Amino acid sequence: MTGKDGLNLLIEFSGGAELLFNKIKKHNVSLPKSEIPWTIEKLLVWIKDNLLAEKPEMFIQDDSVRPGILVLVNDSDWELLGQLEYELQNNDNVMFISTLHGG
Amino acid sequence: MPVSCSAKCGNNAVLKRPKTGDALCKECFFWAFETEVHSTIQGGQLFKQGDVVAVAASGGKDSTVLAYVLKLLDERYNYGLKLVLLSIDEGITGYRDDSLETVKQNRDDYEMPLTILSYKELYGWTMDEIVEQIGRKNNCTFCGVFRRQALDRGAALLSVDKVATGHNADDIAETVLMNVLRGDIARLRRCTAIATESEGSIPRVKPLKYTYEKEIVMYAYFKKLVYFSTECVFAPNAYRGYARTFLKDLEKIRPSVIMDIIHSGERLSVRDNVRMPTRITCTRCGLVASQAICKACTLLEGLNRGLPRLGIGKESKTNRMRAQLQSAEAASDSAKRSAGDEF
Repeated sequence: MTGKDGLNLLIEFSGGAELLFNKIKKHNVSLPKSEIPWTIEKLLVWIKDNLLAEKPEMFIQDDSVRPGILVLVNDSDWELLGQLEYELQNNDNVMFISTLHGG
Repeated sequence: MPVSCSAKCGNNAVLKRPKTGDALCKECFFWAFETEVHSTIQGGQLFKQGDVVAVAASGGKDSTVLAYVLKLLDERYNYGLKLVLLSIDEGITGYRDDSLETVKQNRDDYEMPLTILSYKELYGWTMDEIVEQIGRKNNCTFCGVFRRQALDRGAALLSVDKVATGHNADDIAETVLMNVLRGDIARLRRCTAIATESEGSIPRVKPLKYTYEKEIVMYAYFKKLVYFSTECVFAPNAYRGYARTFLKDLEKIRPSVIMDIIHSGERLSVRDNVRMPTRITCTRCGLVASQAICKACTLLEGLNRGLPRLGIGKESKTNRMRAQLQSAEAASDSAKRSAGDEF
């Protein structure tokens, strides 16, 4: 399955980021078919419209994640993968970890 | 295309280090992270053989990683430490009660004895009760002042040699910024110190002083360490939050900014003719203070007398309020005495 046919992803939130998603840490999602490939940038918009429960500014700022939220794709730092431009693959695991929450 | 590890070990990199820009694999990252903390400890001569060290444990990422890495380094490099956990329960429903469960998990996982001291035991007030009195504007002042002293008291109670706190590089940079914004020269000068020692109090050390928050979180994630993360239910009004957001925005543009700000703080020197508060001991509780009556005792006095704003704001204001209070009391005492004389 490629981006054109839609994608199945496991999206996870932790480190306090889950508080913005009704405290649900794991979300199995199916992204619809798309002419333009699914990138993280596009995924963020989708998350904002479909998963985010409250305070969008605590998660998304200037079309990217809020500074201080780490992103890992299949356990690799997105900074090694092109960040917003990374093209998602079927069955990718995308993890968002907040560093902004205290102990 | 996977990126290979900058250490040329042949593995694929899993993260980009903010401090150096290196791409490292999991194993090389662990090694770099631990070795840097070790060299911070060695360079700052933070511990001596045989030291009993209390790790100030909140259940959050920093103190969890600190407890884990100190145990590991103590074994790897034979520091000869006895490590214990010390937690402070501020009495914040829905925040600390949950995170203390995580500390208990740390106690079992790392086999370290745990002591929990509460504000209620130490001061007679929980933070929930304090917020009821003061509202949500100045409550962080109470919490911060009380916590600092609570750690000193707990450390004395456990007769430890050092208290290790989980302050990371981001925290220190944030504190430098805040002290600049407040014009607090005395704190600005000492906030970057890796070890703080003052007459009559137990030294505090910060082994994670040069460790970026991102790396602490990545380390905890890859090591699968259990930690508790939440926002303090009262925190949204804290000034620190603004400094933090500002710093995170800067870091995005220039990751070295955190080390750069710490460096600025460390290199700062204060002119000899700048008047500094002298550090003395509190006439009430005997702990370290910069005034005859320490901030904690003043805040507590305010709470107990139904004047919760007593310790908020400038020292001169507090003194004025206290003088008014005393003259009012003297007047009512003499009124009572003269009333008593009539009967």
